[in-house]
Amino acid sequence: MNLSEETILKIDALIPKYPEKRSAALMIIHLIQDELGAIDLEACEWIADKLELQPINIQELITFYPMLREKPWGKKHIRVCRTLPCALRGSYATCQALEKKLGVKEGHVRDDGEYSIEFMECLADCGEGPVVMVDEETYENVDSGKAEELADLLKSGKLEKSKKFVSYENALVQDTSLEVASKPKPSKK
Amino acid sequence: MSNKSTPTERRIILKNADDPNYSNKIGCYLREGGYSMLKKSCKMKPEDIGAEVLKSGVRGRGGAGFPAGMKWKFLDRKSGKPIYLICNADESEPGTFKDRQIIHKDPHQLIEGMMIAAYAIQAKQAFIYIRAEFFEGARILESAIAEAKAKGFCGDKILGSDFSCDLVVHRGAGAYICGEETGLIESLEGKRPNPRIKPPYFPAVLGLYQCPTIVNNVETLCNVKHIMEIGGDEFAKIGKPNNTGTRIWCVSGQVKKPGYYEFECGALTLGEMIYDVCGGLLPGRSLQAVIPGGSSSKILRADERFSGKLKDGTEFDWGVEDIPLDFDGPMAAGTMSGSGGIIVMDDTVDMVEAMANINAFYAHESCGQCTPCREGSLWMRKITQRMCDGGAREEDADLLLSVANQIEGRTICAFGEAAAWPTQSFIAKFRDRFEEKVKNPERKKSSLQLI
Repeated sequence: MNLSEETILKIDALIPKYPEKRSAALMIIHLIQDELGAIDLEACEWIADKLELQPINIQELITFYPMLREKPWGKKHIRVCRTLPCALRGSYATCQALEKKLGVKEGHVRDDGEYSIEFMECLADCGEGPVVMVDEETYENVDSGKAEELADLLKSGKLEKSKKFVSYENALVQDTSLEVASKPKPSKK
Repeated sequence: MSNKSTPTERRIILKNADDPNYSNKIGCYLREGGYSMLKKSCKMKPEDIGAEVLKSGVRGRGGAGFPAGMKWKFLDRKSGKPIYLICNADESEPGTFKDRQIIHKDPHQLIEGMMIAAYAIQAKQAFIYIRAEFFEGARILESAIAEAKAKGFCGDKILGSDFSCDLVVHRGAGAYICGEETGLIESLEGKRPNPRIKPPYFPAVLGLYQCPTIVNNVETLCNVKHIMEIGGDEFAKIGKPNNTGTRIWCVSGQVKKPGYYEFECGALTLGEMIYDVCGGLLPGRSLQAVIPGGSSSKILRADERFSGKLKDGTEFDWGVEDIPLDFDGPMAAGTMSGSGGIIVMDDTVDMVEAMANINAFYAHESCGQCTPCREGSLWMRKITQRMCDGGAREEDADLLLSVANQIEGRTICAFGEAAAWPTQSFIAKFRDRFEEKVKNPERKKSSLQLI
């Protein structure tokens, strides 16, 4: 298993944060999955060794938690919220539009490894459904029409710079820039 | 219908969250007087803080509505073992999106509330267990904690006192069951999140690493800060007796203006929320059903009526729209306010499909530890899925009910109830739709696909 120096340093810094080593398992899995895309048997053995556990103690986590993977998702992973509040705003049609545009079925990775789509259970943004996540960015109110546009922008590499689709996360950053702009207020003392 | 004017929001927890000039950075928080309650609290006796929280009457905002001060009182302080504080930021009850706002927009409020709580229970180590889908949320919390540490609000010798408490952000990995506090603890121990049997031992006695542990919801911990600001007695005057403070209601589904709204407990009715605050239903639609407290709570049918006597002796006779939005109102109507997630369904909704959608959720999320829940949730999903695929049978309503009845009360944790209550209430209130599905299996053109 080839892990970057950076990830190994992060892992070593993480373990002492917990009163018991085993607690670090999930966070280590996240770090390795972020780099390698999935946790295979070799990775399980490596983590187990690191935490003085048996590989099964790691494997049982990988096979339980929905977001942990034995095989990687596509280069761009699209998560569509399936649960009732989003469904009541049309998330099934959203998912179908994305499937059609990106050429891959929900739960699968496209043959060339570019895209994968996953129906998720409640993403906790129910007031702005249908909710779609592209990797770590959350897009709100993505009805089927908008889903087609979003997929087109994604395919042409223009989604991140799009003014029409500003993610929940990026909207927060914009708020911060406002704060920075208005910062030179005389400090009250 | 009363003729009083539309109730206005009272934002305490979300006071700054949506101010465009406010950010999640510590400078902003300090400008608004942030961390002054931690300073005040650190000079008090820890037990006095607990007494204020108890006096405030604040009830847990995660779903069960158990008084937070009481939970703290159960803490085993005599064992000599380390005490842990955990913030449950696993927000995953369908229909709930309040903690997301706090975490992303005002993380320091949570950190201050947590540090006051940690001091009050004398925890040396605190964790924020955050759902993994909040990628940015976890990063925001990490950097907010670093900011707070640099200023001495967190970590070693907080504000120069003898009290130290480290705060660590721990990410889950997409499992709903981690919102159940003992499942969360197992998960934080690095294991599968199978909930623990309780009673007799609750986390306050045997929690993380078998040590005394307090698990509180994000919104509950934020409230601790405000309780210290105005005092427990004053806080108890917000809202109404036994339903104190504000609540952040999350409205989703088919209303014109879904969103999160913070009101004093009991300041408005469900009808005022739907029609006045959320702008009513979509044009040409009428109300069919409401799920008032996240998908686990029992569904309400628009034309239902509820009557009886409240705890304080007053008699009530309510339609769905008259139910007061607090803890006790929905309870009196046979359901619960849960996590505050109000899901509104209009007359276009195919109720069998809605049921199938909910059942798919619980089947996916059952941890599999208890047979009735693991098998039952799957059966319920399969039956409702088959009904929606054109294979509905006359006996299905009774079959669903019998499966649900055999889950309820037969599981280690409350997930069993959470999975059974939707089915029980859908069948009790919409049995006609399940029977109609046998005769007319096709989805109506006006209905959205829900499964």
